[in-house]
Amino acid sequence: MPILSTEEAQAILKKALSYSKADECTVTLGGSEGGNIRYARNAVSTAGDVSQMSLGVTSSFGKKSGSATINEFDDASLQKVIKRAEELASLAPENPEYMPLLGPQTYLESVAFKPATAAMDPDKRADAVAKSLNVAKEGKLEAAGFLENTAGFNAMLNSKGLYGYNKNTDVSFSVTLRNQAGTGSGYVDKSYNDVAKLDTLALTRIAASKANGSAGAKAIEPGKYTVILEPLAASDMLSNLMNGFDARNADEGRSFMSKKGGGTRLGEQLFDPKVTIYSDPLNADLPGATWSPDGRPVTKTVWVDKGVVKKLAYSRYWAQQKNAEALPPANRVIVEGGTASLENMIKNTEKGILVTRFWYIRNVDPQTLLLTGLTRDGTFYIENGKIQFPIKNFRFNESPVIMLNNVEELGKPERTGNMIVPPMKIRDFTFTSLSDAV
Amino acid sequence: MKRKDFLQMSAMGLGALVIPRSFLLGNPIDPLQAINEGIDVSVKKQLADAALSAAKARGATYADVRIGRYLNQVVATRENKVQGVANTESFGVGIRVLANGCWGFAATNNVTTASLAATAERAVAVAEANAKIQGEPVRLAPQKGYGEVSWKPPIQKNAFEVPVKDKVDLLLSANAIAMQNGANFVNSNIFAVNEQKYFASTDGSYIDQDIHRIFPTFTVTKIDQANGKFDTRKALSSPMGMGYEYLEPLASAKVPGIVTRYGMRYDMLEDIKAATAEVAQKNKAKSVEPGKYDLVLDPSHLWLTIHESVGHPTELDRVLGYEANYAGTSFLTLDKWQGKNFAFGSKLVNVVADKTQEGSLGAVGYDDEGVRCKTWDLIKDGVLVNYQAIRDQAHIIGLEESHGCCYAQSWADVQFQRMPNVSLQPGKEKRSVDDLIKNVEKGIYIIGDGSFSIDQQRYNFQFGGQTFYEIKNGKIAGMLRDVAYQANTREFWNSCTDIADKSDYRLGGAFNDGKGQPSQSNAVSHGSATTRFNGVNVINTARKI
Repeated sequence: MPILSTEEAQAILKKALSYSKADECTVTLGGSEGGNIRYARNAVSTAGDVSQMSLGVTSSFGKKSGSATINEFDDASLQKVIKRAEELASLAPENPEYMPLLGPQTYLESVAFKPATAAMDPDKRADAVAKSLNVAKEGKLEAAGFLENTAGFNAMLNSKGLYGYNKNTDVSFSVTLRNQAGTGSGYVDKSYNDVAKLDTLALTRIAASKANGSAGAKAIEPGKYTVILEPLAASDMLSNLMNGFDARNADEGRSFMSKKGGGTRLGEQLFDPKVTIYSDPLNADLPGATWSPDGRPVTKTVWVDKGVVKKLAYSRYWAQQKNAEALPPANRVIVEGGTASLENMIKNTEKGILVTRFWYIRNVDPQTLLLTGLTRDGTFYIENGKIQFPIKNFRFNESPVIMLNNVEELGKPERTGNMIVPPMKIRDFTFTSLSDAV
Repeated sequence: MKRKDFLQMSAMGLGALVIPRSFLLGNPIDPLQAINEGIDVSVKKQLADAALSAAKARGATYADVRIGRYLNQVVATRENKVQGVANTESFGVGIRVLANGCWGFAATNNVTTASLAATAERAVAVAEANAKIQGEPVRLAPQKGYGEVSWKPPIQKNAFEVPVKDKVDLLLSANAIAMQNGANFVNSNIFAVNEQKYFASTDGSYIDQDIHRIFPTFTVTKIDQANGKFDTRKALSSPMGMGYEYLEPLASAKVPGIVTRYGMRYDMLEDIKAATAEVAQKNKAKSVEPGKYDLVLDPSHLWLTIHESVGHPTELDRVLGYEANYAGTSFLTLDKWQGKNFAFGSKLVNVVADKTQEGSLGAVGYDDEGVRCKTWDLIKDGVLVNYQAIRDQAHIIGLEESHGCCYAQSWADVQFQRMPNVSLQPGKEKRSVDDLIKNVEKGIYIIGDGSFSIDQQRYNFQFGGQTFYEIKNGKIAGMLRDVAYQANTREFWNSCTDIADKSDYRLGGAFNDGKGQPSQSNAVSHGSATTRFNGVNVINTARKI
C-alpha cells in the first residue's frame, strides 16, 4: 500500500536520516497508485494499473551535494542509499549557488486527498467508461477517450528538523466524439480531485453535441477576430504564462517580464485591469501542495491584481542575491472572472468566433511569448448574438500577453486541467491560416 | 507517478532544469551503480516463465513480459557552473495479456517470481473487466518465436562508463568559449540513455537487448539590453543511437558550408564558437519581409518537418482513430492508400521507414512485442504506399506480419505503435548544396530546428528554425530573423523540386517524441539531404508587447 500516513512516512524518514553523516541531509519519500483506461473506436484499447514508492536522499558536505534514491525500505537499503548520496556528494563539484537547508516551517494542512478517488478500481473505471461509450453508440458517433485516477503522497524531512507531508488525489477524463463521415468532432476534458464530481455521461453528451454541431464547417478568411474562448481554450493559451513570472529570467533579460534597459516589469500594468491571477493551495476545486519541493511554505498568492504584476517567483538563491522575498513558483493558478455564462457572452456578441479548444501550441518567440497553434474540436461563427454555423479550423499566431490586454469580458471561472479560468471574450485575436483538419 | 518523481527530482535541486520528461520517470542513482551488470539472462528467463505460466493459467490466450532496466544520465551546466548531475535507474516488469479478446496490462517493481505471477493475474483481471465493454476482439498477426536471442548496437564507448568529470569538463569548456566570445548566457547538457530490455512471450521468444542513446546540446543566449531584444542559437548536434564516440570530432563527419554541420560525429567546441558568432548576427539581422519564398532546408532542420508531416500521418493507429482523443487522426485515410495513386509529394519524394539504420535512434534488433526489425517504403516516387503497423493492426492493411515498430518507454508503460526512423531518401543525381542554392532567385536557407506546430490531421503546419539566410539570385545575401513558414503538407511535399545527393545525407532526430495516454516518449531519427521546396508562405513573427 504505497499511500502512507504521515506517521508511517515520518518513521521511515527518521530512520533513514539517523544514518546520515553529511553536513546537511534531506530525505524525501513519495508514493502513488492509480489506474487508467484508454478507449478508441468505441472500444477499450489499453488499460493499466501501476503503483510505486521511492525514497530520495540529498546529502551535502559544504557546497558539494549528491543525490540517490531507492525503492526498498529495510534498514540495510536505507543505510545504502544514504551512503550512496554521501559518496556522490564527495565527488561532486562545489555549487556556488548552494543554499543551506531551511529549518522547521509551518505549513497549511492540505485538502487535496479524497478517499473515493483513491478507491477507484478497474470495475469502477470500466463502468464510468461504459456510460461514455453508450452516448457514442446511441448517437452513432465514434468515441476515443481516456480516464485516469491517481492517489499519491509526498513527505520530506531534513537534518535541520523541517518536516512536511501532503497527499492528493486526482481523476481526469477526456473524450473525443467524431461523426462517422469524419466531418465533425467534439471534445471535453475535465479534472477533479473528487471523483464524486465526475459525470462521464453528461460530459460525453457535451462532446457529442459539439461533434454533431461542428459537421459541415465553412471556410472563412483568416485575420483578426473577436473570439470567445471557452475555459479550455483560455487555459490552453495561458498554460505557459506563469513560466514568465520567474524573477531570475526576467532580471537576466530573457523573458517577456524583462524591462527594456534592464530590470523587471514587477509593479507594471502589464494586462487589462479585468485580469487578476492568484494561486491558492486550499482552493476546494484546485487543491495543491502546501509546501514547495525545497520546503518553502506555499500559501495563497496574488500574482496579478487588476492587470498589475504584483509578485515574481524567486529561487532562494536569487532572492538572496536580489534581497527579495523567496516566493516559490505557482504550479496551479486561478484566473478571476465575472458572473456571465458562456451563453450570455455569445448573446452579447455582434460578430465573433467561439473556440472550444486549441491544439499543438508552441512558443514562437519567447521575447513576446508569441504562440502558434490551431483551433480544434468545435469552432463556430457568431453573428448578432447567435452561433450561425461551424467554421474550419484556424492556425493562430498570438501572444497571451497581448491577449490579456484585449479583454472585453470574462465569464464564470471553472476548473480545466490544472487551472481555474473563466471563458474570455478577446478582441483582435490573430488567425493566420486555415486548416482542413477536423 | 510522474508528478511524484518530478517533485522528488525537484527537491534534489534539479527541478529548474529543462530535463526531458522521460528522464523524470526513473529514480536518481549513483553513477557507479549504473554500469553494474544487470541480472543474468537465465534468471530473467525464469522470472518471465513464471509470469507467462501464471497468465496462461489464469486464462490469458497470449502474454508477453518485459523485464526492463532503464538508465538515464543528465549532466547539466550553465556558464561556469554545474547545475546538476543525476543518474536515474528504473527497474521493473510490465506484463501484457490478451484475455477474452481484450488487452490487459499491469506492472510492478517488485521483481520476484511470486510478485510477477500476481502481476500477471492483475493484468488478466484488467483485461476481463474491460472485456465487458470491448468491441471486436483483438486480432494478432502471427509471430513465430525466435527462441533465446540477443541484440546490441555497435557502440564504441558506453557513455555510462565515461567519467562524469570528462562530461563536465567538455560542457564547461564549451560554455567558456561562448562566454569569451560575447554570449550573455549559455546552458549545455549531455543526456545519455541505456535501455536493458528482456522480452519474453507465449510465442516462444526470449529476447535480450542493450540499447544506447546520447544527446549533447547547448543553447547560447545573446541580449541586446538597449533594444530589449534577446536571441538564442541551439546546438546543431542531433540525438543519436550511439555511445560517447559521437562526441569525438572527426573531420570526415563535418559538412563545411556557411556554418559547419555534423554527420555521425559532433564537435561541440567548434559548434559553440560558431553559434556564439551567429547569435550576435541574429540580434542585428534584418526582419523578414513576409511572402512566398523558395526554401532550401538543411537536414538539421528538415528532420522535424519530415517527423511531423510524414512520420505522424503514416502511423496506422492515428489513421484508424486510436489517437483521436490526443495526438489526433490523419489525413492519409485508408482510401488514399487503397487507391495506390495518392500523390503525397512530387516524384522526387521517396520516404523509407526503418528500424535498422546504424547509429539511428530507432535501431533495435526486435521491437517491444518480439518482432524482428526491418525497413519498408512509405512514400514511393511521391505516392503513398504503406503505413506503420504493429501486430494487432497488421490485418487491417492486409499484412501477414507486423512492421516491428511497437515500443514502450519503460517497463511501467504498455507498448504500442511508435514511429520508426522515417527518412527522405537523397537525390539520385549528383547535386551539392551549392547546386541547389545557385538556382534559387528569392529564397531562404534554413539551418537547425526551431518552433513547430501542426494540426491534428497533419494538414497545416508552421516551422521556425535556428538560423535563416536570405538567398537572392542564387547567392546567400545575409541573415534574416523572425522567420516561420506555414504550409499544407501535401502542397509542400509536391513543391519539392531538388534534393542533394547522398554525400549530404545526415540524421536529425527527436529524443522525446510524445504520444499516447498516459503520454509516452519515443526516440526516432529522420535522415535527409538538403532539399528545396518552391513558393512556400513565410510569415514574420516579430511582435511588440
